[in-house]
This record gives sequence, C-alpha cells and structure tokens, in this order.
Amino acid sequence: MTIMQSFNELVHQRQQRESAKRIRPVETEVTKLDVRNLNFFYGEKQALFDVSMTVAERAVTAFIGPSGCGKSTFLRALNRMNDIIEGAHHNGTVLLEGQEIYAPDVDVVALRKRVGMVFQKSTPFPKSIFDNVAYGPKIAGQRNYKTLSEIVEQSLKRAALWDEVKDRLQDSALALSGGQQQRLCIARALATNPDVILMDEPASALDPASTARIEDLIFELKQNYTIVIVTHNMQQAARISDWTAFFYQGYLIEKDHTQKLFTTPKKKQTEDYITGRFG
Amino acid sequence: MSAPAKLQEPELARRHRIGKVFEWLCCGSTWFGLVVLAVLLVSVLWQALTWPAPKVKPGASGPTVAKAEDSAIPLSKQFFTNYDSRHPRRAGILAPIWGSLWLIGLVALLSVPIGVGSAIYLEEYANEGHFKRLIQINLSNLAGVPSVVYGILGLTAFVRMFGLFGKGGKTLVLNLGFTTLDVPLPFERSLIAGALTLALLVLPTVIVAAQEALRAVPSSIRIASYALGATQWQTIRHQVLPAAMPGIMTGVILALSRAMGEAAPLMMIGALTFIAYCPGEITNVGDIFRNPHGLVDAPFDKFTALPLQVYNWINRPQADYQHVAAAGIVVLLTILLLMNTAAIVIRHKFQKSTRW
Repeated sequence: MTIMQSFNELVHQRQQRESAKRIRPVETEVTKLDVRNLNFFYGEKQALFDVSMTVAERAVTAFIGPSGCGKSTFLRALNRMNDIIEGAHHNGTVLLEGQEIYAPDVDVVALRKRVGMVFQKSTPFPKSIFDNVAYGPKIAGQRNYKTLSEIVEQSLKRAALWDEVKDRLQDSALALSGGQQQRLCIARALATNPDVILMDEPASALDPASTARIEDLIFELKQNYTIVIVTHNMQQAARISDWTAFFYQGYLIEKDHTQKLFTTPKKKQTEDYITGRFG
Repeated sequence: MSAPAKLQEPELARRHRIGKVFEWLCCGSTWFGLVVLAVLLVSVLWQALTWPAPKVKPGASGPTVAKAEDSAIPLSKQFFTNYDSRHPRRAGILAPIWGSLWLIGLVALLSVPIGVGSAIYLEEYANEGHFKRLIQINLSNLAGVPSVVYGILGLTAFVRMFGLFGKGGKTLVLNLGFTTLDVPLPFERSLIAGALTLALLVLPTVIVAAQEALRAVPSSIRIASYALGATQWQTIRHQVLPAAMPGIMTGVILALSRAMGEAAPLMMIGALTFIAYCPGEITNVGDIFRNPHGLVDAPFDKFTALPLQVYNWINRPQADYQHVAAAGIVVLLTILLLMNTAAIVIRHKFQKSTRW
C-alpha cells in the first residue's frame, strides 16, 4: 500500500529530526486538555456528537477530516471562541489541567490568554509590527515599554520572524508578506504567554516555502507549548504531529499516535479517508 | 462540418444602437445637474463681486461715509469684520460667522459622542432582534424628518423648556472651580438651544454613518483581538474604533456641513439676525486670550448664523442687499466646500493606510 508507506516515510523523517534535535520522546506525555462527551450545537444544528478526547502536553495534536466534519468547531470549543457565535451552545465538559473551562466562574478573557489561537487567514491589526505583538501584553496591563520591547523581541524570535523584521518594527504589519504575517500572528499569540496554541489551518493560504517555515516553527514550538492544529493536508499532519485525530460528520472517528493512525488505522472510515477514497 | 458562425448580425447592430442611446441619455442627465449648478454658482459669484456704481452725491456725505463706501466692495476685508448694517455697503458677517463657528463646534461636541456612542451600542453590543430593528427603522425615518419639525421641537424643549421655569425663568449658577457659569433656564434663544436643536437634527445621520463605518471593520479583527484575551471594550477601543475612525470622521463632517447650512430650524427657535455682538464678545482669536471667560459665556449668548443672515438680507427691499446676500452665500459655500474637501481628504488618506 504505497500511500500508507509514504505517510510512514514522512513520520519516520520527523522522528529522525526529533532525535537529531533531542526532543524528548512522545511517550512521557501529560494530559493538558481533557474533553468528555462534548456535544456542540449551532442553534438547532448539531455540529459535534459526543466527542471525548485528551490532548497531550508539549506535543502537536492534529485534527484531520473533510470540510464540515466539526474539527474547527472542536478547536474553537477549546478556547470558547464559539461563544461569540449567536445561538451556539453545548453540553459535556472541557477540562484544561483539570479545570472546567465552561464553568460559570471562569473568565473567558483569562482562558483565552492561556489558550492562544492562530487563524487560517492571517489577521494582522492595521498597526505597526511592534504594536501587533505588544497588543496582548498591553491589554493585559503591561505598560512598561522596556518589558514590552523584551516580550516583542522574544516572541518574534520564537516565531522565527525577528531577523526579518528587527530593523522595521515600526512599519505597518500589513506590508509584510503572507507568510510573514502568519508568523507575526503566531508571535502575537506567543506574546500573551499561553500554554496551549490552537491553530486553525495556519498554512492553508500560504505558498509551499512559507508553509515549510510555519511547519518548522510548529516543530520548534512544541518543546514549550501544547499545540493543536487543524489541517486539511494529511501530509502536513504526518509531517508535524505526534497525535492525529480524524473527524467525520461531527464524530471523532479515531485518535491515535500519528504513525499508527496513518499506517494501521483501526477504523475503515479512517483508512478510506487517508488513502483518498473520499473527502 | 458546419459553416463557421457569422461575426456580423443586423440584429446585433440595433441592440448596440439602443445601448448607445441609453449611454447618451445617462450622460445628459449627469450634465443637466452639473450645468444648472455651474450657472447658479457663477451667477452668485458674479453678484457677490460686482456692485452697481455708487450714486455720488457731491458734498452730501461726510468724508468718513465716502471712505467707507469707496472701499466697501463685497468680500472685502470689511465684509468679514463688520456687523450687519442698515447701509448695505457697510453690512458685514462678523456676527454670523462667529455664530456659525460656535454652532458647528457645539453641534460637533454634542452629536459626536452621543452619535458614535449609539452606533457602538447598536453595532457592537445590542443583540439582533425586534428592539434593534425598531431603533434602526426609527433612525432612518428620523433622518428624513424635515428640519422645520426639529425647529419646533427645539423651540419647545430647549428655548422654552416646556415652560417648566415659570415666566421669568431662573438662572442656575454653576461653580466650575476656576470660574462660575451663569446658565439661564430655559435656554431662550441662545447658542446652546440652537446647537442642541441642530445636534438632534444631525444625530441620525451621524449614527448611521458611524454604524456603517463600524460594520466595515472586518470581524476577523475583532475575533483576533478576543483570541488574544482582550475584553469587548478593549477590542472596541483599540481595534474597532481606530479602524472605523476615518469613516466616522467623514460622516461627521458631512453631517456638520449639513447643520452649517440649515436656516429653518434656527428660524423656528427664533435666532436673531440683526445683532451687533458676537457670542462671548469674542470677535477675533485674540479676544479668547484677552477674555477667556467669554468661552464659557458664549453658549448662553444670543446669536445669528450665516444661512439666517443670508435669508434676512435677501428679504430686504434695497437692491444692494442682493449683492451682500450673494457675498454671504459665497462665504457659506466656501466653508461647506472646505469641509467636504476635508472629508474626502481624510477618507482618501486613511483608505491607503488601512486595508485588509
């Protein structure tokens, strides 16, 4: 089965890179997010059916599946971005380090500081590069310019953008290229010092070179952050993720180590999807 | 093998002709408006710049009068520094210019915070529903209410305050710390009554313009801001408002220029035309520094405004006043044109710097 072999190859390459960079093995994971029996509704329409899943700390978890399968809804349920949508409601529990994030005493603003998000379309604010990155800490009350500069520098370095923009921090962020804008959005998310970063198809609007840079970046970031990524691209999931979850029609069909899911899927639907028989 | 399709058809030529005719008709309608406007402008300008030759009565008038008449061409310096006069050649627009400036300033101070605040509430906070729809429909209706009606409202609500303060009225003395302020109640025919009336008149326009500007801010900006842990207020304050500002400014300036040109509501509230002082006794910029207290007194002084003054001049029997009126119109139009230009410049400048 050649498709499976090629996925196997991708996963293998990644593992080699990991050992080359001495990233600790995946097996020692701690559960960061624990979702139990989550049903999600947009008004009358049910988008997620009884989804239960754990997300491991300091690892990359990828969600794959055809359009409309609920993977983005599930991602947005993890930092309550769905709250903005009128008529959205749910039942079930979502625990972040054991705390229910939908509990009445939880402040969404505090939650979103800990669970950052990067969107499919890069959304730089029409401000300078510096102000874009400094925005999160600033609204959280950080006024000290020196501290802000340090945060900006550190975040841009972590997002692998510092060298390209260090001489023009006061330029408009809109003047950056698409790939740079997306890395800026990642830097902006890092600046609020989150534990978890949710990425909704962060590379789908980018050219292959920029995509490769984002993938490298995700690879680096997982040493310090828990990353959950939604992707349309199965090769991408195989290249960067430790865990992969396959969603179909609002159901979580299967979640496993990326290598296992792509080489020996347990469910027929998963196999059909990753071998390209539908979706 | 079929024959190649023909590239000419007589039927097509007829359709093209109809298209051409329509194009010419549309072009004609455009030019109709432009030509009429141009004729109006040229005739007003002509009237404003020319006087009939003064009737010289040798020896009859004193040297001072003769001097004034000699130099008193409309739109001269004196036109801007003189009060209204019974002699057309000495009539000026000092009082109405300051009156109009005060009006515009006060209307802006009143209508911008209220208008932008309502727009923010409606666009950012209010839930979709019957209540919001009701407000929305009423807003568009209010924007179409004739200005005279606002005048009557202003007369009752601000000039007379429903007669709440009895016959003579009362004076409220406010201690502002650095100075005291005498507020006459009701407001009578003061600037503040006029400004409140005009502010009501332009509010629907300001709200609708601000709403459109807010709506044009892409929701991705809001969502990105929320995702960084911003509260709704922080998102509005730091992202949405700055992005919508050019649109709001454009709408506000256009609304203010409408307020500037309104005569009817001011006439209803009984603004005077023949007055020989400026609000707060400020007749030039220097007076503001000489008598800063005038700034807080001014809103409660009686006033006149440019469109009212022009209307008044046109109604006078002497033919010379037609020229004075024309000069007033030229000044009014120039100010309006400058305001509209400012609106266009602002819109243009910010369109370049913010795009998504």
